[in-house]
Amino acid sequence: MSRIKELFSKKASRVLNVYCTAGYPQLESTLTIMRALQSAGADIIELGMPYSDPLADGPVIQASGLHALENGMTIAVLFEQLRNFRSSFTPSVQGTPLEGDAGGDEAISIPVILMGYMNPVLQYGFEKFCADAAAVGIDGLILPDLPQHEFETEYGAIIKEYGLDFIFLVTPETSDARIKELDALSSGFLYAVSSSSTTGKDKDFGAVEAYLQKLQGLHLTNPVLVGFGIKDKQTFDAACRHANGAIIGTAYIKALEGAEDIKVATKAFLNGIV
Amino acid sequence: MINTTVSLNRGTYKQPNIFGYYGNYGGAYIPEMLHRNVEELKARYLEIMYEPAFQQEFQDLLRDYVGRPTPLFYAKRLSEQYKTRIYLKREDLNHTGAHKINNAIGQVLLAQRLGKKRIIAETGAGQHGVATATVCALMGLECIVYMGIKDIERQAPNVARMKMLGATVVPAESGSQTLKDATNEAIRDWINNPENTHYIIGSVVGPHPYPDMVARFQSVISEETRKQLKEHTGSELPDYVMACVGGGSNAAGAFYHFLDELSVKLVAVEAAGHGVNSGMSAATTQLGKPGVLHGSKSLVMQTADGQVVEPHSISAGLDYPGIGPLHAHLFESGRGIFLSATDDEALEAAFELSKLEGIIPALETSHALAALKQMTFKPTDTVVICLSGRGDKDLATYMKSI
Ligand SMILES: Cc1ncc(COP(=O)(O)O)c(C=O)c1O
Repeated sequence: MSRIKELFSKKASRVLNVYCTAGYPQLESTLTIMRALQSAGADIIELGMPYSDPLADGPVIQASGLHALENGMTIAVLFEQLRNFRSSFTPSVQGTPLEGDAGGDEAISIPVILMGYMNPVLQYGFEKFCADAAAVGIDGLILPDLPQHEFETEYGAIIKEYGLDFIFLVTPETSDARIKELDALSSGFLYAVSSSSTTGKDKDFGAVEAYLQKLQGLHLTNPVLVGFGIKDKQTFDAACRHANGAIIGTAYIKALEGAEDIKVATKAFLNGIV
Repeated sequence: MINTTVSLNRGTYKQPNIFGYYGNYGGAYIPEMLHRNVEELKARYLEIMYEPAFQQEFQDLLRDYVGRPTPLFYAKRLSEQYKTRIYLKREDLNHTGAHKINNAIGQVLLAQRLGKKRIIAETGAGQHGVATATVCALMGLECIVYMGIKDIERQAPNVARMKMLGATVVPAESGSQTLKDATNEAIRDWINNPENTHYIIGSVVGPHPYPDMVARFQSVISEETRKQLKEHTGSELPDYVMACVGGGSNAAGAFYHFLDELSVKLVAVEAAGHGVNSGMSAATTQLGKPGVLHGSKSLVMQTADGQVVEPHSISAGLDYPGIGPLHAHLFESGRGIFLSATDDEALEAAFELSKLEGIIPALETSHALAALKQMTFKPTDTVVICLSGRGDKDLATYMKSI
């Protein structure tokens, strides 16, 4: 069973997936943030691979990506950073990491997903990318500009071969028939974009409710996580009423902006939500 | 030898396959947020475009509003200079001064039939923005044009024209602040406004069906050229058709009805900027690698790490790190001859045409003219150059070299 499936088999509601941009705010922040997210109670980490032309992203995530690129982040650098993230080198007592600072370098055991755009992945080499991702312990992929047709004819088989989950997006504009098709092609979970927008837009959450209820009624095979516009406890709670959980991105990136201590900022941010 | 056995499921030169591929290039690499709009276009564009009432309205507007057919002019003194027979297809004489309006009219008529009330567009040189703003004024539609800050500065007359026509010009501040980023911003606008908005892409780029749709609207260029050549020379077929390529829409239109005529050599001229290997260039076929940009797979100028790079050209309309998938296929298959001209060569060619023929060409077009020097023609050859636009918008740049 994949780490993501295992998570949902144990926890079917209020699953919190937090997005962060690899290499932001500092090139070396990636692991610090991942550890901070795990210890603050995130269930899944979605690691964004920065790209020069992120079409689906609003200004906040765009800026974090640009910043990360300026810091020198690349897919190769990211895999290097992630080489040992599933193992722990710090003292532990009978397998349980020590609390507090002594356990600061604990292994990351929660599911980690890579999110990014096709061009850098194609340039890295699609199969090599999947192989290296699986080898370091990545669980799934979100590539919003990988189309269904190309997934079915070319890339899906490679993703499967390396045991990675692949998560499709659906939106309020996606027809029921297509939602079912994309659900059938997805594994791990289905990503329900809350409204038709780029990331970080504030939209009225009322309309979202009806859409999520509709999704519930479709009896999908995958759990559903809601993303875009989830920014605080209120929106997280609203999303969780009709879905298995939600994804927070822009609001967390904002919380990291100018934060003095990533661990403290992350804890403070997630405390207000979970 | 040119390979002519293009199998059905790989598309032909003229027409992509049902997934939008010309050979290895094309497709619709779009996030789900755009799926419904793009799918609707894909399902309906051909049916709408070839409806008799649509064709009637389109052809009437091209004739009475745009001023088509545009002349095919035998350039006697230019021909003497290059010791061959050169014809200029005068797209510069279109209303608004470039070929861009052929596509803008077609897509606005299409948008109306799709029930869209709000039009968005990206622009580099401002010609596509002006054309779109013009047609929106004519039809009473709201028009928003995204334009890189750098281009707003270097194409000021066109910014003023768009504003006078009632369009809102939104500066694209992200990334390299040129055409690529204006396109990103326009796509993001469409993601955020899926219901009432149609996005008029200005070149043969973007997700399927845009490259095919724009090529069809621009194909009027070669349709007329064939008829006019027959009157001039007795044959519909030239030996060469030459055009500049940014995204590639004037070239696609000028090539279209010759794509399957393998005796006609198709010459596409890219912007070399300071020189192909100078690090300041926009010659995508020379410098690009296969990748995905703005919703299609094509050749893309990028770093080893897959980040799209900032191109450079003196001409805002060619300052683009990609190329339409049709052209990537013409390049890869060998059907097209791809050349490039530097900033300086383009400037020189602009002055040459001005003095020899009394026509001031756009900086973009000047790249196609500059490539004449790289060709060896026979005196009996017939060469058609697509004169994609006029140079009024570039006077500030030209004045610097007087
Ligand atoms: C006069 C003129 N020619 C050519 C171009 C380049 O576009 P394309 O390659 O799509 O023809 C432009 C773009 O702005 C233009 O204004």
